[in-house]
Amino acid sequence: MPAASLTAVRSFVAAPVPARPAIAVEGRRAFAFKGVEKRFGDKTVLDGIDLDVPSGQFVAVIGKSGCGKSTLLRLLAGLDRPTSGSLTLGAEEEGHSRTRFMFQEPRLLPWASVVKNVEVGLTGIAAGAEAWQRALDILGEVGLADRADEWPSVLSGGQKQRVALARALVGHPQILALDEPLGALDALTRIEMQQLLERIWLAQKFTAVLVTHDVAEAVALADRVVVISEGRIALDLDVPVARPRRRGSAELARLEGTILDRLFG
Amino acid sequence: MSFSARLHANAIGWVLPVLVIAGWEIASRAGVMPANVLPAPSAVAEAFWRLTLSGELIRNIGVSTARALAGFAVGGSIGFALGLANGLSRLSRGLTDTTLQMIRNIPHLALIPLVILWFGIDEEAKLFLVALGVFFPIYVNTLLGIQSVDPQLVEMGRVYGMDGRALFFRVILPGALPAIFVGLRYALGIMWLTLIVAETISASSGLGYMAMQAREFLLIDVVVLSILIYALLGKLADSLARLLERLSLGWHPAFQNG
Repeated sequence: MPAASLTAVRSFVAAPVPARPAIAVEGRRAFAFKGVEKRFGDKTVLDGIDLDVPSGQFVAVIGKSGCGKSTLLRLLAGLDRPTSGSLTLGAEEEGHSRTRFMFQEPRLLPWASVVKNVEVGLTGIAAGAEAWQRALDILGEVGLADRADEWPSVLSGGQKQRVALARALVGHPQILALDEPLGALDALTRIEMQQLLERIWLAQKFTAVLVTHDVAEAVALADRVVVISEGRIALDLDVPVARPRRRGSAELARLEGTILDRLFG
Repeated sequence: MSFSARLHANAIGWVLPVLVIAGWEIASRAGVMPANVLPAPSAVAEAFWRLTLSGELIRNIGVSTARALAGFAVGGSIGFALGLANGLSRLSRGLTDTTLQMIRNIPHLALIPLVILWFGIDEEAKLFLVALGVFFPIYVNTLLGIQSVDPQLVEMGRVYGMDGRALFFRVILPGALPAIFVGLRYALGIMWLTLIVAETISASSGLGYMAMQAREFLLIDVVVLSILIYALLGKLADSLARLLERLSLGWHPAFQNG
């Protein structure tokens, strides 16, 4: 499906088409939720979410299990539709596909080689030799260029998730939605992946929305942390800490405390 | 696994058959096993040579193989097509699956009297029985294979913009392939079994017919030869299926290093 028609399905209010002035990327909006509600039967999962995210921002969404944070992400990625309210996506940039989704599990095709799995991210964007070359380039960025022709089954958990990251990024998305993609990794691999994610995000400047249950991960990576509780935004906190951030610094620990207080206070 | 190691692993499977045949030959020569009960392997080999020279053996193997493959092609392709249709479409499954499951529970060899009444002892009778026998293992396993494709992978395919065609060829069919191969191997076994029974009861050529004729004339060596050839043909079909499986399921952990 071409990116344009995907956008058409997902915009519930027509996206404004700006004259694309040569202003800084940060000035533009990536997406906005306005009064978004989502109900499954009688159960209200999201209850009036307002969230405006500028282009290029790294947002972490935190909440307890069942608070609706994954639903928020699925709405953003177009996997679900809101019951009411609107979701507006910013203007589309040429040659870039809109939103990519990184799942909790790697979800690689076991019958396709690593490089072919990455090429899945170019479906409808590029094919043949060009797709292969782009897939190899991004595999190099996640440090797996030498594993391109292997089957996914021989990779470790962290390596599989790096292939999934490469697949998500190969089409140069404007928004990357991450649904606890590091949750199943061991602690050390996890920190490695966080650093990789931060490095690629700094280089490519896409908008990242990371759903996580790990407060330390959120404050280490994000520009902004949104806490969701009972379907509403309970806290919207900026993380004004310069990068590279030092894990375990007093500043991050203080922010972490604020968030934990709000979650359990 | 290296080539010589693989050869070694294959060779070990033949140790037992060779020992059995050697023991059998010795027992026959010592007179423990009378020739009118079970002829010696050397007598069977002689019968093999005699029938090969006369061209009878090759002709009958050819006739039986052609029947088996024709029946397999007809029954297998219908089973595969219906398995795909019912795996992909809820409507098609709702419409046909109950009926098919009822028919599946009839042993297809029980239809032999009816089939003889319908088709006589012509080729159609054998083709029909083999096709019917092969149909169900292929159908059931194709359907099962498609239903067991990981829905998370299908969702991933959709999120990454695959259309229905790409989704089928890149996600669903490869995911169903291991189960389809299980069906294929079952079907090959049933194919030979059905054909032997059908040829034994009603035929004027083929391996089963050759065995029945030999029985009439008390040519026990030819009867034993026919049985051995069935065993070899069955093994050959299974080996071919395994080879195909290994070639197309190279990604599967069970077929790596193997």
